[in-house]
Amino acid sequence: MPRVPADSQTSAGFDSNLLAFTRELRAEGVAAGTAELLDAAAAIGHVQWSDRAAVHGALSATLAKSPEDLRIFEVVFERFFFRKAEETALQRGEEVAGKDPGGEQAQRIDLEALKQQIATALQEGGEGSLRDMARLAVAAFGQTQGGSGVVGVDVQRIRRSLGLRSEPQPDLPPEDARAEGVPRDRLREFEREVRRELERQTIERTRSLPPARPLGDLQRGLPTGQAADLAEIHKVVAQLRRKLATSGQLLKGQRQSSAIDVRRTVRASLQTGGVPVVLHQRPKRPKRPEIFVLCDVSTSVTSASIFFLAVLHALHDSFRKMRSFVFIERISEVTELFDRERDFKKISRAITSDAGVADVSGYTDYGRVWLEFLKLIESELHPRATVIVLGDARTNGRPAREDLFGQIAARAGRTFWLNPEPKLYWNYGDSVIDSYSEYCTTFECWTAAQLGDFVDALANPRHLPPSK
Amino acid sequence: MSNTPKTAEELASRLTADGYLADTQTALVAWLAIKLGKPVLVEGPAGVGKTELAKSLSRVLDRDLIRLQCYEGLDEAKALYEWNYRKQLLRIQAESADSGWDKVQDDIFGEEFLLERPLLEAITSEEPVVLLVDEIDKTDQEFEAMLLELLSDFQVSIPELGTMTSRSHPVVLLTSNNSRELTEALKRRCLYLWIDYPEAEHELAIIRLKTPDLPAAVASRLIELVAEIRGLDLKKPPSIAESIDWARALLLLGADDIDAKVFRETMSVIVKHRSDLDTVAERVGVKLDGGDAASAS
Repeated sequence: MPRVPADSQTSAGFDSNLLAFTRELRAEGVAAGTAELLDAAAAIGHVQWSDRAAVHGALSATLAKSPEDLRIFEVVFERFFFRKAEETALQRGEEVAGKDPGGEQAQRIDLEALKQQIATALQEGGEGSLRDMARLAVAAFGQTQGGSGVVGVDVQRIRRSLGLRSEPQPDLPPEDARAEGVPRDRLREFEREVRRELERQTIERTRSLPPARPLGDLQRGLPTGQAADLAEIHKVVAQLRRKLATSGQLLKGQRQSSAIDVRRTVRASLQTGGVPVVLHQRPKRPKRPEIFVLCDVSTSVTSASIFFLAVLHALHDSFRKMRSFVFIERISEVTELFDRERDFKKISRAITSDAGVADVSGYTDYGRVWLEFLKLIESELHPRATVIVLGDARTNGRPAREDLFGQIAARAGRTFWLNPEPKLYWNYGDSVIDSYSEYCTTFECWTAAQLGDFVDALANPRHLPPSK
Repeated sequence: MSNTPKTAEELASRLTADGYLADTQTALVAWLAIKLGKPVLVEGPAGVGKTELAKSLSRVLDRDLIRLQCYEGLDEAKALYEWNYRKQLLRIQAESADSGWDKVQDDIFGEEFLLERPLLEAITSEEPVVLLVDEIDKTDQEFEAMLLELLSDFQVSIPELGTMTSRSHPVVLLTSNNSRELTEALKRRCLYLWIDYPEAEHELAIIRLKTPDLPAAVASRLIELVAEIRGLDLKKPPSIAESIDWARALLLLGADDIDAKVFRETMSVIVKHRSDLDTVAERVGVKLDGGDAASAS
């Protein structure tokens, strides 16, 4: 007989909710078994149901049993009980809370003032004010830009256009509240409020609950953070290295035909009176591509460039014939640095401090980079070479010079572009990835899994999606 | 048990009175552990007060603390029980003449000849205790498996004696620094508590509690700096234990502000790796005012 909460009569409604909640957790990959469910039910019996924090605490202690699980738990808990509340509200036909975030009020909102106001609110805190700010922001941007229909994208758009970042932004005037960077957790809280507000509006508009979507990789955590995330990248990169090292063996079994080594076969046939009894075949050597990597290290990809440098670092260990370049406005070869230095931290510091790639503005100038790269390397490009570009293809209004890029691509055998932005942002704003994608194969690459896809393609050419 | 707190809040306030500032989640999970009689698996970075929680709990609940420090190679002879061979030998020699073999055999495998190790001691104790299994991630998986019976049913099976069930219900805390993934079976039997670096206000409160004589301005400056240092990519970021040590060091030095000089002198209290020291001096130390930092470093 399993243990049930002491007052099972009244908790029947909650039990079914708990069951549904656990099912959602499982769908997201949290290993919450029956034992966990029973514990959760027992724990819930001991806390006040009306106390949201206590219920949350009791459930998280019994259902989520690792830091990763906890992260997923937070998101699912938030989503599940938000939806439950909205559902109940809809059923009762009540006005959904938070209606009219300021219809005519929004028109009066001065965008600049709003940015400042929100940044200040984020610095100082107070949950209530955050919620108000989120509503104002949603109202203002709902009018100027319209929604993309995807809540996650809208949240990020709003954050971007408010210019909110956790890193310090030295190019802003010092009295600007955003100049020092917004505290990371406050920013996350704000994003959550905005998300909630957007969902609320959708529900209000359609008078029904949208279907629950599984969590995206975006919510599971991005490789944008600090030490912990960096460690994660290194772990994946180490796996990739192993995969690359064994990829040669994999090919062996797959290729059916191979060339016969006539010389060795004839020599062996001498032992059998000139009859070639034993056939000797040419050894199959895995193709080691010769690689040129260009890596954008400008500020627009700050968070991604650490990721990219880690990738570069790993690639260097795996491919012997590889030359690396970093660029912002100019291009600079860092192959030697990578060969000399084994410590990733030292490399990234050396690159950011004295690679000499930034000129005046610190914005990427793709046209100039292509030109310099061509001049530098033109004679060495050949059809077996692979060119990989790591960058967001944001030109900052400067000429893209896709004709030059086309020349590079034409000389090289294969050309890849890894873009650290989610596909939804491509060609949005000053991103010109489309004009380049004509000449190369583009990959969306901001999680380790996506990186894995790319490495598969690189090491195993037949798995490539048809380019052009 | 009159000593059991009625609510999680009561437990929290009692812990505070004992000098341990628990956040709501910590207090709630500890309280649930007492209520549900389940072990708690406490994880988090080193030095955030996992072990301290167990100590404080034992004081608050007025129970004995039995501590098992885990390490690689720890086996059941040291953790659970062992037969007292010497005593058994003596027993056999003393009575070998006049008693039959069967009687002696029954006799020497009795409780009298059992050496209780921490785990057995915890469950056979007449009074309920707090059992702390510290750094469980340091042991081997086999040891973890051995713990399972104890954790789920609070009993230990001894082949020669039978099953020893617990006389009282201990509160069990297992701590882990997450240096290896624990098995699902173990996790399933436990409540889970993740203690992270505390938020600034909470940490300030802890510092104020531990070093009430430290000027408030210095304390808040200290918290700020520690938070900044944690943001750097260090081998071992400073945790609460280091913050408290630092606060005590500053108090001893009688510092009324943290300037570059004081920071340089006391930095080694919070940062404990050679390479980390360089990083911190480079990134944080130079930002502080107070003169000769630039020329000295």
